[in-house]
Amino acid sequence: MPGKPKRILVKGNEAICRGAVAAGCQCYFGYPITPQNDIPEYLSKVMPKLGRVFVQAESEIAAANMLLGAAACGVRAMTSSSSPGISLKQEAISYMAGSQLPAVIVNMSRGGPGLGDIGPSQGDYYQAVKGGGHGDYRQLVLAPGTVQEAYDLVIKAFDLAFAYRNPVMVLGDAIIAQMMEPVAVREVEAPPASEDLGWNLMGKGSRPPRVLKSLYLEDSALAGHNALLREKYASMEKEVLYESFMVNDAELIVVAFGSIGRIAKSTVRGLREKGHKVGLLRPITLFPFPSAVLGALAEQRKLFLTIEHNLGQMVDDVRLAVRKHADSFFYGHLPGNLPTPDDFEQPILQVMGVAR
Amino acid sequence: MTQNKAVYSLPSVLADVPMHYCPGCQHGLAHRLVAECLEELGVAEKAICIGSIGCSVFIYNYLLVDTVEAPHGRAPAVATGVKRARPDNVVFTYQGDGDLASIGLAEILHCANRGERVTIVFVNNTVYGMTGGQMAPTTLLGQRTTTCPEGRCKEHEGQAIKMCEIVAGLGGTAYAARVALDTVKNVKQAKKAVHKAFEVQLEKKGLGFVEILSTCPTNWKMTPVQANKRISEEMIPYFPLGVFKDVTSAEDKG
Ligand SMILES: Cc1ncc(C[n+]2csc(CCOP(=O)(O)OP(=O)(O)O)c2C)c(N)n1
Repeated sequence: MPGKPKRILVKGNEAICRGAVAAGCQCYFGYPITPQNDIPEYLSKVMPKLGRVFVQAESEIAAANMLLGAAACGVRAMTSSSSPGISLKQEAISYMAGSQLPAVIVNMSRGGPGLGDIGPSQGDYYQAVKGGGHGDYRQLVLAPGTVQEAYDLVIKAFDLAFAYRNPVMVLGDAIIAQMMEPVAVREVEAPPASEDLGWNLMGKGSRPPRVLKSLYLEDSALAGHNALLREKYASMEKEVLYESFMVNDAELIVVAFGSIGRIAKSTVRGLREKGHKVGLLRPITLFPFPSAVLGALAEQRKLFLTIEHNLGQMVDDVRLAVRKHADSFFYGHLPGNLPTPDDFEQPILQVMGVAR
Repeated sequence: MTQNKAVYSLPSVLADVPMHYCPGCQHGLAHRLVAECLEELGVAEKAICIGSIGCSVFIYNYLLVDTVEAPHGRAPAVATGVKRARPDNVVFTYQGDGDLASIGLAEILHCANRGERVTIVFVNNTVYGMTGGQMAPTTLLGQRTTTCPEGRCKEHEGQAIKMCEIVAGLGGTAYAARVALDTVKNVKQAKKAVHKAFEVQLEKKGLGFVEILSTCPTNWKMTPVQANKRISEEMIPYFPLGVFKDVTSAEDKG
């Protein structure tokens, strides 16, 4: 790791900005929406001073399409929003996936459906992981559980976007966005913006022109393109990240992501102190999903309880991962209410009691 | 003895391939004007084209420049991203009237208002060509289309939108002109306008906009000759030709 670590105390939103700047993000396109407004506000100050681009777009649709344009040039670029705005970006995300463009999209998600509220929620799991936009595509999804992780994962998001030429989403929520924590910042070696990557648009010069598109009308051309994409998505499997906490001797494993994973970890710690054999598996990448490790834990005859801040979305993927040997119980904390570690204690004990 | 003199040669920016356009459609002619201007200005090597969704979706098969496909209506936003990322490149969009004047209205207006240093080539054929001739925001009153079979009616559908006048009214627009491709004289004027719409970008004056009145014989259910006549008899009276804004001209400076 290059550079010496320095520690600062910042909100998750600012950590996202600082991570993006460190990662060499050249262009940012945004539109106001709570709870992510600190991101465009911070970047509107910082980007121009660095000779980089900040544009407040006329809508999330425009911001996502500006992102598409910058991505087509092969420069590191980002947009951010919160749930309703992320819905509006889906068409462009689908085009970027189809045209194989590298881009980073941050969703500091809030309660829904509709206008919902401005508090935390994990209601956008399906949208982030199962496509969101039209057509058969995948995006890498990184879910930070701490402000430090928000910083580190946004840097990683740029690397992954370019490694796979694919959109990458950082999925946080109002908790991650607004919480203040110490963050170790570092210097990152970012590639120069003017680099010829072999596919990006820079003007043809003396080479043949390049075309970046998602349209494949000729006979079986789209099938060929989809086969290529399928192979790419399968190859992302090696990027799986998760945190496992006290799982080895655990009878029950709580599966939870993002801020809820963080809160559930406190619950698990508390229950351990009272002698309950509980562990935590926190997926950090939601796509690719840590199915293999969950499957291996299921083989050890453990119980599973998926806890989410929604009506039950990730639990589908947990059940698929453990299905050969086990099933997963589910506890959904309703969006609109902020959970505490105590809220998860009874659901966990209940499952352990019921199952015995 | 007869003397042979070359009066036309294929611009190097234009691919030497048959185009997929219907007989009498003027997209091909509009492509050629863009190609000629890029070549004459010596900017094809650093040009980046933003294609749009409509009959011209295959523009990259004909214009030999780096190209990215934009979602329907979003080309001016994509152009903004491209130009901001690569300010030294020459960036243009090529859009139909459904694309630019309906679904993409917000994007063109704000792109022009910000004064993005890009060129917009806007082909107005008063219908949604690619999807089969439905009503466009530019469809003239009384004009029959597949979604206004009795003719466009002011009470229900409003009147045709005049984009050139609207775009000319925005602060960041450096040049806005409306031209037509129905006569040799008008084609020459059109070429000048496209040229100028690129020049203002090169001079960093702001956005360059050209609205090109164009035929769609297939969806107008006309022969190419009838379609060409419709431009002068029906379209130009409602969509007047001319330069609506030019910040480089003497009067605009005053
Ligand atoms: C979001 C979205 N809505 C609708 C369409 C379908 N569609 C394709 S082309 C088109 C209209 C094109 O008409 P115009 O812009 O006037 O261009 P022309 O074909 O006449 O040149 C439409 C509605 C689409 N591709 N995407």
